[in-house]
Amino acid sequence: MSNNGRPLSPHLSIYRWPITMTLSILHRATGLALSVGLVVLVAWLFSAASGVESYIFVVSALNSALGKVCLIGWSFAFFFHFSNGIRHLVWDAGFGFEKHQANASAWFVLLLALGLTTLFWVLRP
Amino acid sequence: MSLRTPLGQVLGHGSAKDGTAHFWGQRISGMALAVLGGWFVWCLAGTTDFSHGAVIAEIRRPVNAVLLLLLSVTLAWHSYLGVQVVIEDYVHRAGAKLAALVLSRFLHTVLAVAAVYAILKIGLGA
Repeated sequence: MSNNGRPLSPHLSIYRWPITMTLSILHRATGLALSVGLVVLVAWLFSAASGVESYIFVVSALNSALGKVCLIGWSFAFFFHFSNGIRHLVWDAGFGFEKHQANASAWFVLLLALGLTTLFWVLRP
Repeated sequence: MSLRTPLGQVLGHGSAKDGTAHFWGQRISGMALAVLGGWFVWCLAGTTDFSHGAVIAEIRRPVNAVLLLLLSVTLAWHSYLGVQVVIEDYVHRAGAKLAALVLSRFLHTVLAVAAVYAILKIGLGA
């Protein structure tokens, strides 16, 4: 729609970057990353059903350096999307909308996701 | 070029009436995935032996097979709803948007069916 040169309301570039905006974008980015991860999860399951050879092919790809980096990335994406998803559900229930609450829960979720990712890989038996 | 104003062209069409189903679908599947995804990652965290035989034996256990089936289908649904929103937000040309939405729906259906088939094949021991 043309706006005939009338001024627009302030957009993203005008605000001091808030932590809540980072989390909003990360939620979408990790969601997309997990959609790609779903393809790999299904490939893993399908290869297991197909037989030993195809299974070894998929697992060795995931065991490569690039595969490991992706797995660590997906683990963070999962823990973040999981934690922030619960944050969204709390909002849907009508709680935590005050600015200081949203900022506090943002940091909590971010640190929780990083902590869970670290625990997942450090505590592996 | 139409003489009608941009506002006049869109007024009166109403909504597509499917927004509420999408909203609830995203949230209900999200709640289910908080449990199912948590269970799956918990299993992964406790698994040391990822050899073919060990993984097959784990998936063959009925509880694991059923939870894995639920996880796969719910995950494909939740992913489809999420990707749909992203496409609608960023792909603006009508034709490309429709093509991307249809492609996404096909791909997610393939993923769900492939996962279900694989789990059933392993679980039923064929």
